[in-house]
Amino acid sequence: MTLADFGWAIVRIAIMLGFLLSVLPVVIWLERRALAWFQNRVGPNRLGPFGLLQPMADAVKLFFKEEIVPASADRLIWALAPALSLFPALVAAATIPWGPNRLLTPVADVDIGLLYFLAMSSLAAYGVLLAGWSSNNKYSLLGGLRSSAQVISYELGMGLALATAVLAAGSFRMTTIVEMQAQPLWGVVPFLHNWLIFTPWGLIGGALFFVCMLAETNRAPFDLPEAESELVAGYQTEYSSMKFAAFFMGEYIAILAICGVMTTCFLGGYLAPISWSPIQALGEGGGFWGIVATLTGALMPPLWFIGKLFGLFFSFLWIRATLLRLRYDQLMNIGWRFLIPVGLVNLALLTVYVIWGWVPALVGYAAVIAVYLLVFSVRRPERRTVALLSEAQPYRPKEAQSG
Amino acid sequence: MAERALFFILAIVAIVSAGGVVFSRNPVRSALLLVLNFFTLALIYFMLSAQFIGALQVIVYAGAIMVLFLFVIMLLNLGSPEAVMQERDLKRPLAYLIGFGILATLVGQAFVLLLPMTPQPPSEAGTAKVIGQALFTQWAYPVLLMGVLLTVGVIGSILLARRRVS
Repeated sequence: MTLADFGWAIVRIAIMLGFLLSVLPVVIWLERRALAWFQNRVGPNRLGPFGLLQPMADAVKLFFKEEIVPASADRLIWALAPALSLFPALVAAATIPWGPNRLLTPVADVDIGLLYFLAMSSLAAYGVLLAGWSSNNKYSLLGGLRSSAQVISYELGMGLALATAVLAAGSFRMTTIVEMQAQPLWGVVPFLHNWLIFTPWGLIGGALFFVCMLAETNRAPFDLPEAESELVAGYQTEYSSMKFAAFFMGEYIAILAICGVMTTCFLGGYLAPISWSPIQALGEGGGFWGIVATLTGALMPPLWFIGKLFGLFFSFLWIRATLLRLRYDQLMNIGWRFLIPVGLVNLALLTVYVIWGWVPALVGYAAVIAVYLLVFSVRRPERRTVALLSEAQPYRPKEAQSG
Repeated sequence: MAERALFFILAIVAIVSAGGVVFSRNPVRSALLLVLNFFTLALIYFMLSAQFIGALQVIVYAGAIMVLFLFVIMLLNLGSPEAVMQERDLKRPLAYLIGFGILATLVGQAFVLLLPMTPQPPSEAGTAKVIGQALFTQWAYPVLLMGVLLTVGVIGSILLARRRVS
């Protein structure tokens, strides 16, 4: 590793962290304004144009707030928890490429890119869990327990959804996954890109990943860990001042990182929907088309990436404004009885495509859907209650408890 | 040079955290130190260019198993281990025996391995492709058997947890 390599690595890290931290106020502003718009309110609009400076004012306010430590808290772990929630969020995006220039992005183009992301996002559970436990408050503890159970349940589904991208590209490397999507659409339409979401397995995998994304980041309708109507504010009830701000930042940066993964794996990463290669070919001779080619080649990919990122974030807000919060047992049922079986079948059919090609795979999809419709339209499964020995299961019917 | 310094820093953190797991009085801190230990081990795997194993170490051990451990500790709200320590029966000498036996075996292995410093393995040896090919061609039957074993464990735990409803 030479000194120049080291310097470029620093530049890459600075760009990534700079982007994540500087886009944060915009994201928070967007969340508040868009929610207000969905709910037919005005939202924060006093400070600066359209209220854009409101997050700054909030940050300053949080800086000067008094920090209150609960008397019975485990002080060391209590102070550690916000850092443990912020750190994985900040480093998780390190393998996501946001442009074609390999000197500037991604921070580390490693062979295990997607696994690295899964590893870092699985560490994010600790911040929440420890915050809930160390606060020594029953609401916080319940929030922490709910969150860890949720994150563990949805990690499996997320892994299965991401495995479709890995299997389709033949690599865990994020840049290879994007390059796979730069092929002509379905191998036949030359001017469109083959985003994974346009294939049957990509569509199902992407939909599963989107659900898991909401659950992993504790967003509505999976926001049970901080359900304010039941748990005050869940695991962050006892936190004030900058420690609260650290949780807040960690949450939003984690959302941006996971949206980046969705963009990279299913929505073509930094690729435009239309292939720019004809313009690139025109630009070989220089002149006007040369300038256009340089612009589309260097400037457009990051803009496409950021556009997709914000589109996904907006869909998060839309869902938050539309859907009701799930009950705990519904959440677990969706995770274990819907996402994982569907993900497994999808993965199996994708292997059929990889080995035998298009026709058997599509026949397989048709067969699975037909069998499903046949079985479940004839005989609706009766509701069964699996009674568990442990008393930690809420929302259990009374009669099952007495047996 | 820098790599060796990094290795020693990681090794010291790993050993100190492993000691802390045993000597800490607070079960939550013990579990957290074990997480730190697993994480440092993953970093050491990365240094040995075993990236795939390092990533799996974080996902499986640090990310999933230890979260479950902490979950159970917090749910049961375990106190200090004094209650267990006061029990005077066969468990304690047996624990010492097994513990020191494992320690002796490991230390013996470590000295045999350490004395001739092995050269850095090639950087391709730890990639997902190489490991996947080895696991699913050469070691396919052991992998399948392990899958069966894990399934047996899952089914057994469901059987144990399921209450008989009359």
